[in-house]
Amino acid sequence: MTKLTPVLSAHWDEADSFTIGAYKRHGGYGAVVKALEMEPDAVIQLVKDSGLRGRGGAGFPTGMKWGFIPQGDNKDHYLVVNADESEPGTCKDMPLLMANPHVLIEGIIIASYAIRAGYAFIYIRGEVTHVVRRLQAAIAEAYAAGHLGKNIQGKGYDLELVLHVGAGAYICGEETALLDSLEGFRGQPRLRPPFPAIAGLYAKPTVVNNVESISSVPSIINNGAEWFSAMGTEKSKGYTLYSLSGHVANPGQFEAPLGITLRELLELAGGIRPGHQLKFWTPGGSSTPIFTAEHLDVALDYEGVSAAGSMLGTKALQVFDETTCIVRAVLRWTEFYKHESCGKCTPCREGTWWLVQILRDLEAGIGTAADLDKLLDVVDNIMGRSFCALADGAASPIISSLKYFREEYMQHLTTGGCPFDPVASTVFATAGSR
Amino acid sequence: MTPEALTEVEMITVVIDGFEVTVPKGTLIIRAAEKLGIQIPRFCDHPLLAPAGACRQCLVDVEINGRAFPKPQASCTIPVENNMIVKTQLTSPVAEKAQKGIMEFLLINHPLDCPVCDKGGECPLQNQAMSTGRGESRYEGVKRTFEKPVAISTQVLLDRERCVLCARCTRFSDQIAGDPFITLNERGALQQVGIYEKDPFESYYSGNTVQICPVGALTGASYRFRSRPFDLVSTPSACEHCASGCAIRTDVRRGKTLRRLAGEDASVNEEWNCDKGRWAFKYLSSKERIATPLLRGADGELHEASWPEALAAAATALKGKRVGVLVGGRATVEDAYAYSKFARVTLGTNDIDFRARSHSDEEASFLATAALNAKTTYFDIDKADKVVLLGFEPEDESPIVFLRIFKQVKKRALSVVTVAAFASRGSQKLKATLIPVVAGNEAAAISALEGLTEKSVVLVGERLNESAGALSAVVELLAKSNAKLGWIPRRSGERGALQSGAIANLLPGGRPVSDPAARVDVAAAWGVESLPTTAGKSTAEILAAASAKELDAVVVAGVDPLDISAEALTQLLNTYVLSFEIAHSAVTAIADVVLPVAAITEKSGSFLDWEGRPRAFTKAIEESLTRSDLRILSMLAYEMGTPINLPSVAATAREIAALGNWDGAKASFTPAKSNKSLKLAAGEAVLSSWRLLLDLGTLQAGEPNLAGTARPATANISQSRADSLGVAEGEAITVSTARGSITLPAHITAMADGSVWLARNSDGSQTIATLGIVGGEVVSVVKA
Repeated sequence: MTKLTPVLSAHWDEADSFTIGAYKRHGGYGAVVKALEMEPDAVIQLVKDSGLRGRGGAGFPTGMKWGFIPQGDNKDHYLVVNADESEPGTCKDMPLLMANPHVLIEGIIIASYAIRAGYAFIYIRGEVTHVVRRLQAAIAEAYAAGHLGKNIQGKGYDLELVLHVGAGAYICGEETALLDSLEGFRGQPRLRPPFPAIAGLYAKPTVVNNVESISSVPSIINNGAEWFSAMGTEKSKGYTLYSLSGHVANPGQFEAPLGITLRELLELAGGIRPGHQLKFWTPGGSSTPIFTAEHLDVALDYEGVSAAGSMLGTKALQVFDETTCIVRAVLRWTEFYKHESCGKCTPCREGTWWLVQILRDLEAGIGTAADLDKLLDVVDNIMGRSFCALADGAASPIISSLKYFREEYMQHLTTGGCPFDPVASTVFATAGSR
Repeated sequence: MTPEALTEVEMITVVIDGFEVTVPKGTLIIRAAEKLGIQIPRFCDHPLLAPAGACRQCLVDVEINGRAFPKPQASCTIPVENNMIVKTQLTSPVAEKAQKGIMEFLLINHPLDCPVCDKGGECPLQNQAMSTGRGESRYEGVKRTFEKPVAISTQVLLDRERCVLCARCTRFSDQIAGDPFITLNERGALQQVGIYEKDPFESYYSGNTVQICPVGALTGASYRFRSRPFDLVSTPSACEHCASGCAIRTDVRRGKTLRRLAGEDASVNEEWNCDKGRWAFKYLSSKERIATPLLRGADGELHEASWPEALAAAATALKGKRVGVLVGGRATVEDAYAYSKFARVTLGTNDIDFRARSHSDEEASFLATAALNAKTTYFDIDKADKVVLLGFEPEDESPIVFLRIFKQVKKRALSVVTVAAFASRGSQKLKATLIPVVAGNEAAAISALEGLTEKSVVLVGERLNESAGALSAVVELLAKSNAKLGWIPRRSGERGALQSGAIANLLPGGRPVSDPAARVDVAAAWGVESLPTTAGKSTAEILAAASAKELDAVVVAGVDPLDISAEALTQLLNTYVLSFEIAHSAVTAIADVVLPVAAITEKSGSFLDWEGRPRAFTKAIEESLTRSDLRILSMLAYEMGTPINLPSVAATAREIAALGNWDGAKASFTPAKSNKSLKLAAGEAVLSSWRLLLDLGTLQAGEPNLAGTARPATANISQSRADSLGVAEGEAITVSTARGSITLPAHITAMADGSVWLARNSDGSQTIATLGIVGGEVVSVVKA
């Protein structure tokens, strides 16, 4: 187990890990004291030096994002934490908030202090009621302990933290749609520029960061930039949460340095479920192009995955074995994107509507090879044509699956139906069936 | 754009499809391309709306400083930059494929009902499907269907299947009209335009959404399925409904007006108009229209007569008699000029007045001086540091002026102050500071106004004359502050009638009747020896004189007596009445001779809008046999032996131009004193009122779909009066005078406790007919 570097998840196995008592037992809220004694700009510099990059998918350097907030502009600044984790396969922020909500709160205080924000917001998806309740309780604990509110820990810094519960829309994970939703409008992405750093929430300078990015900050304050950047690879520094799901023996969250490979992670997770072999997997959630067994040794950092033709995304490794029908999997994902398309722009709204109909036909074995070309051409008209990245995400699994599994698509058409037994891919299927 | 504005703007040169073009900084790529004649297809883009980038139809390849964007960009959202190279569908295969792909997506869920769609033939989707679409669809799936149509108001119908979700309508309503009553609801392919369940789309500007809809999703209830665009003959026109001066387009099929659209005039209405201007035209083809002259016979009934008969009868009745002329506020400049000349030359009198409404001598003096010389324009509103509204509700009384002020309120938080009974919805949208007044006390409120500069714009409504001394206070305020004055009458003809001398104290071109040199000037031009010197009568004086038999006859042109007073019609009963009218009315019912005249679509002419800007228009209906007033007046004058020689609109316009404006000594204003405040007993209040945009106005007749969006009448009172009456919001109260009473739901709003407000001419609230007053007088207010 040498590969693991548990920081955020270090104490998840303790029964009371989510309480302020447990958090403090392990040195929690110590970083805040340290940070509040620093100049805000020194905090930003430290985070820049650490090499921390956004953990929400795009991998933008966190310190640099904070540095974009204009200072001395006499405007309110806001920190908004994106906890609208909705990507199929992605399951890192919710377990983190269940088991260790205070690390996020501590990170929020430090980040808000650095960007001179007096208000911070956590935008959390509405479906995760249990996580919402834990987070509410944690925020109340933090207020009671003087970590939030006026004159935090006697250091003269004020911060109000608001938890906002979304209504369950994938698009609200897109930062500008999130801001619209937070302002009380229907969540649809905004035209950029202006970027949130200039005119974000209520048209004020705003930083939007992922839960994991902000949660990583206290450890950087405590241990220093060098400690953090000693982990990971050249341009992808530090530790991160990898979420393994699907056909693995022991699915879950694995906290490891960036650059670990799926082969190593599978060893940690006990391998593919017994009696089966890896067929394909997503490196970072359903909107990142799929990989196959040939990519087992790709370094799972921003550059490594990108060089191999996909994206690190949210490090949500959905693993599928040979019982899974690729057409069926892609159709399910596409149905998700059609359902979640906000409707603002044409290619996403109409394109996903059409893709689902084409894929349903293909799964049912209706069509010819020409329909696969048509599918690719329709996808080409969606990819890179939409208002935000949602539609690109919808296109990725189709393009990549046709790249690796075109034969399997054809097999559907030649046999006039799906050659797979859908039951065999379920977790309750008898091992080794089919 | 003014020349001064042009010099301030930095210019940027970009290369589009290999051609250089230089445009002001901030210009969007799609607009810069237009300048080169390169048409990039688009749906959501509209030059007067903020960019959306939603439809993605206008994708082009962009490169800045040698670095190309990895994907095609929406040209409607990106401003040009130096060293930018743009490749449109004409030179970039990627852009071309992207555009074709988007067009294919837009069509997969669009119904193929073009043959029955109102938009077919003038549809941007249809046109761009031809330029950018493919011949046959590759879509084999199931199209999205919705129930159709959905009425989002009585006048706008929504067909959701046809909608391409460009959000032009919702953005217009929010950004331009300030009426965000429609929004996009739901998501994905089920996204749709919708209204709040309890708040229909009741906007005075809703028709613009129909016009800017790039497909047939929004249609007007009155035009739906009536016509095909290629069967229509379009004529650029000017709107006759108010003094805003909108350019409009009149679409006629076989002699019948089927619709009217907003025309384009960047200086005036940009590309918008109000729903009244768009949809209130059924009166033109009403069954009440008069086709032939009518003569009252010995039996007391009106009988059809030939033109020679009718003209002979009228000439006999008027010749050598004491006659007054009521012109009405809807005459064209040329017609008003003809009435002015007819009164002075043929009738030998100054007894002429265009004010078919409340009026005063103070006003006549104000009109002949301050109003006549006002040079304020829409551009002054654009640049104003403050706008002051006095006796003027722009949204109700001049809706395009409202849009212009609202634009600046949105853009730069322009400060607006209103002296009014209460903050109307229009004032609320303008975030106006309300100075609440009890009617009659305006003068004091105006005198107390501070902080005006030479960049401030003071907009005075015609109603301000109802408060004695108020116009005098305005004149003082202007002298003190150097602020700019705009006098904004409700009717389209008033500014032109003033300019044409259709009022007792003025001759054409703003020449004071009292000035001998001015009289000589006009007499020489008209080829007569002299002009009458006796001071003329106002509308009220003409009516009183007629009633007292001090006049033998009255010429009444396009006047609704109930606009003047409750007694006006009775006062005409004792005299000979010659009526110039387009349709049967209260006046024709008592007239001795009725001469039918052409309505707006049947004649050429011009109006002056509130700025004094000429708004010329030509005949939209060629086949019409009716004639403009001036032609008939000319025939009548000839018949009477003192011709005025105005054979045509063109000849009249030439004569007006040749006469020119008065450059001699200007008349000076004669101020008037304000009245003392009225004493109120318990249960009494002073009435205020104005006309809502959509009400029982004669020209709105016959259009129930339009009437459906009129704001319902309420009786507005203050909270403390409501408390003392013991009424809650919406409970009925009764407002009475000795003459009659009006019972309406109470609306509680911030206003002076001594005030009660009613709509002047709305359904259930006609203050002149029922109460006998317009305001400024004591009424009783009780719980109903």
